[in-house]
Amino acid sequence: MLHPTPTLKETPSQTAGPYVHIGMTPNFCDITGVIPQDLGTTMIHGEVEGERINVAVRVFDGVGVPLFDGVVEIWQADASGNFVGPTAPNSNAVPAFTGWGRQPLSEAGAATFETIKPGRVPGPDGKLMAPHIALWIVARGINIGLQTRLYFEDEAEANATDFVLNKIMDKRRRQTLIARREGATYTLDVHLQGEQETVFFDM
Amino acid sequence: MSGIILPGADGQLFQRDRDWHPKADTPGYKSTTFRAPKHSLLSLGPTKSEMTGPTFGHEKLGELDNDLIRNFSQDGTDAIGQRMIVYGQVLDENARPVPNTLVEYWQANAGGRYRHKKEGYVAALDPNFGGFGRSITDENGFYHFRTIKPGAYPWPNTGNDWRPAHIHFSVFGHAFAQRLITQMYFEGDPMIWQCPIVATINDKAAIDQLTARLDRLNTTPMDALCYRFDIVLRGRRSTMFENRKEGN
Ligand SMILES: [Fe+3]
Repeated sequence: MLHPTPTLKETPSQTAGPYVHIGMTPNFCDITGVIPQDLGTTMIHGEVEGERINVAVRVFDGVGVPLFDGVVEIWQADASGNFVGPTAPNSNAVPAFTGWGRQPLSEAGAATFETIKPGRVPGPDGKLMAPHIALWIVARGINIGLQTRLYFEDEAEANATDFVLNKIMDKRRRQTLIARREGATYTLDVHLQGEQETVFFDM
Repeated sequence: MSGIILPGADGQLFQRDRDWHPKADTPGYKSTTFRAPKHSLLSLGPTKSEMTGPTFGHEKLGELDNDLIRNFSQDGTDAIGQRMIVYGQVLDENARPVPNTLVEYWQANAGGRYRHKKEGYVAALDPNFGGFGRSITDENGFYHFRTIKPGAYPWPNTGNDWRPAHIHFSVFGHAFAQRLITQMYFEGDPMIWQCPIVATINDKAAIDQLTARLDRLNTTPMDALCYRFDIVLRGRRSTMFENRKEGN
C-alpha cells in the first residue's frame, strides 16, 4: 500500500483576531457600502423542500463568558441529504438552498441560522449518518478554527447509530453535540473548555 | 505490480499536520487561556459533510471589492498610506491551483488602527479606509488586490505587545474541511520575531510561509509596491490505481 505524501505544506493557521467581524461580516460592524449584504446571512433563496428550523448556536469560554467576538459558519445537506454542488463562475443561479451560513456571534455569544432540517448523509462505513450540521468556529484566542457538529435531540434513534457520535468513547460527551429543541428552534451550547467542553474534531 | 498514482478527486484529504499549525493552548498569547479546548481533538477522516463545501460562483463581486484604496472612500479620494498590490496563488498540498474560490482579507489602516468600535488604539482613523476586501481566484488559482500597507499596532497582551504589520486572510477551498484563516506578514519585518501570536507557531519554516515576498518586478511604476503571498490549502490524497499503464 502506497502512502503518497503532499508536496507542499498547508499554510499554517493564525487566529482570526478580535476584529474578525470586519473581514467576515463587515456590514454587521458598520463597514457599509463595500458589499451589499454580509455573506451567508441568508441560506434560503426560494422554494425549498424540508422542515424550516432555526439553529441557535451559543459559544462560551472556559469560565462561561460568551464569545462575543467570534464567527460561526455552518455547512449542511438539504432535506434529501444532498449537498449543493459547485456553482459555475458568474452563473446567475443562486441555489435555492445554499447549505452554508455564516453569522457573527452577538454580545451574548449567540448566532441564529434560519435553515432547514438536513436529511441523512452516508458515512464512510456506507451507513447513513444521523442528520447533522457541520460547525466551524473562529475568534480571538482560537489559533486554528474549531470543527464540530450539531445533532438533533429528536433524532435519538439515528443518533444512536451515527458513525461520528459513536467514535466518541466517553458517552456523556456525545451529549455536547446534541441540540435541544424548543418549537422550531434547536439550540446548541458550545463550551470551549470546562466540565461541559464540546467535542471538537480533527476532520 | 506497477501501481500509478492519479490525482483522484475521490481521495481523502491529507490529515492536518497539527505540529505545523499552532497548538490551541499557547500561554504567550493570553487570549488562548480560556478559549483553548483542553481535550485532544477527536481524529476522524472527513466524511461527505466535510469533503464538500460552499462555492461562490453565483456571488457577484463588485468592481471595487478588491480595492481597499477606494472601496470605502467617502469623498472620492484614496485611502492614506503606502500603496501596494498583494497577489498570490491558492494551491493545494499537491501543488494544484485552486480556482474559483473565495478569498477575504481585512487589515488595519496605515496608522495601525482598525475601523471597529472596540478598537482602543490612539492612532487616527482614515475616513476613506474600511479595511475589508475580497476576491475569487481565477482559473489558475490567482487572486490580487490593491491596498495600503497596514501599520504595526499595540495590543494588551502582557501590557506592551506589538503586532507586526499584517493582513488577515480567510480562504474556502472546495471542501469545508479545507477552511482556513491565517495572517500574512511582510518580508524583512523585524517585528515578526517579537510577536506572541506569530510565536504560537513553532516551526520557523512555517512562519516563513506566512511571510509575503516583495515582488520588485511587478511593482507599478510611480504608484504601488507589490507583494506576493501564496496560500496552500489541504490537498486530497491521490487514489492509487493498480495495474494501469502510465498515461492511462
Ligand atoms: Fe490584526
